[in-house]
Amino acid sequence: MSSSHQIMDTDTFIKGLWKENPVFVQVLGMCPVLAVSNSVSNALAMGLATTFVLIMSNTLVSLLRNFIPKQVRIATYILIIATFVTVAEYVIQAISLEIHKALGAFIALIVVNCMILGRAEAFASKNTVKHSILDALGMGFGFTFALLCLGAVREILGSGTFLGMEVFADSFQPWVIMILPGGGFFTLGAWLLFFNWRREQKAKKGAAA
Amino acid sequence: MNHEQPQFSNFKMIRALGGVGILCGLLIVFTYEATFDIIKEKKAIALEKAIYDVLPGSSSKLTFQVLEDGSFKKTEHVEEGKTRVFAGLDDQGNLVGFAVEASGNGFQDIIRVIYGFSHEQESLVGLKVLESKETPGLGDKIEKDEQFLMNFVALDVKLGPSGKELLHPIELVKPGKKTDAWQIDSITGATISSKAISNILGKSSQVWIPRIQKNVQEVKDQVQ
Repeated sequence: MSSSHQIMDTDTFIKGLWKENPVFVQVLGMCPVLAVSNSVSNALAMGLATTFVLIMSNTLVSLLRNFIPKQVRIATYILIIATFVTVAEYVIQAISLEIHKALGAFIALIVVNCMILGRAEAFASKNTVKHSILDALGMGFGFTFALLCLGAVREILGSGTFLGMEVFADSFQPWVIMILPGGGFFTLGAWLLFFNWRREQKAKKGAAA
Repeated sequence: MNHEQPQFSNFKMIRALGGVGILCGLLIVFTYEATFDIIKEKKAIALEKAIYDVLPGSSSKLTFQVLEDGSFKKTEHVEEGKTRVFAGLDDQGNLVGFAVEASGNGFQDIIRVIYGFSHEQESLVGLKVLESKETPGLGDKIEKDEQFLMNFVALDVKLGPSGKELLHPIELVKPGKKTDAWQIDSITGATISSKAISNILGKSSQVWIPRIQKNVQEVKDQVQ
């Protein structure tokens, strides 16, 4: 394989992680981001479940891309996504009832995560299976990374723990607001501010050079 | 006529949707079949653990189905739609107490709990929340707050002289104001959720405690 091909492959993977991060750059799929990022373990489980659904749906959509007429594509994609969400729900339940209990209704809501339909429509329906899987991996990990960023801040400040372990001495009074919806919006806003500020700095540097 | 775009026939649309539908159906059924037994076993283990948690000293359990006339019948498999109650036994096979499931409205959604009842102490000896969607950090204190859970180590549910109702119904009081053994101290910041627990226990105990006390001897006979 030529080196330009390899660069393209890495690009497909990297862009979801960073340059086109689904949460911090595209601001997609906010419902689970705000709802299930109140602890690190919830964020991780949600991120991985979404990544699984994304990889499977991207693969199948890409495989069937010449078989699906465009008039029925949305209906077909939703069917495919809903199927893998159902599969994920059963598998999570079989792995751990506690995780299933913690994620609650939000597993079913992966179906309406617009990031997944977005990737099926914008990428997998036009690209090869290999690239679609790379794209799904990048976007999925990017999504998980973003959830973890939120989850870490909210759990540390809101419960005074990280992955359930105490991080502060007894004198710290947890900010309960951080694990409530309000704290979710606040933390997301703070992270978006940070990422936009960084992008601006970079653009300034680029212009100066 | 438009010759620039390839036209898909109706057949192709139906074929695509139908084909994907069948494929998806097969996938779901396969996953359901593959995980069914594992999930069932995990749920049974979780329930068994909850029973031992709310009945200190118990190490095995028996399931009883409640019959039409209110009597208990030992069974392996409870029929659909019938109420059940668990009897906890200690290492020697002696009856420790009963575990009862109950549920009611919480702040967000239905709260499901299981509680242990000791027929000898005539009190509730343990409570565990099986399912709740109470607000994290506030309402979910009903699952974690140690002081609140201390309410259920020995909550008095003695029967009145008639044997048909509690002498003192379970009562919720303000935080730190508990003076009698049948009162529950509520939690600051989780008032509605602690009230929900108190209501669930209050209603359930009015029905179950007289019913259980009437059947204790019968259960003891079936245990032997």
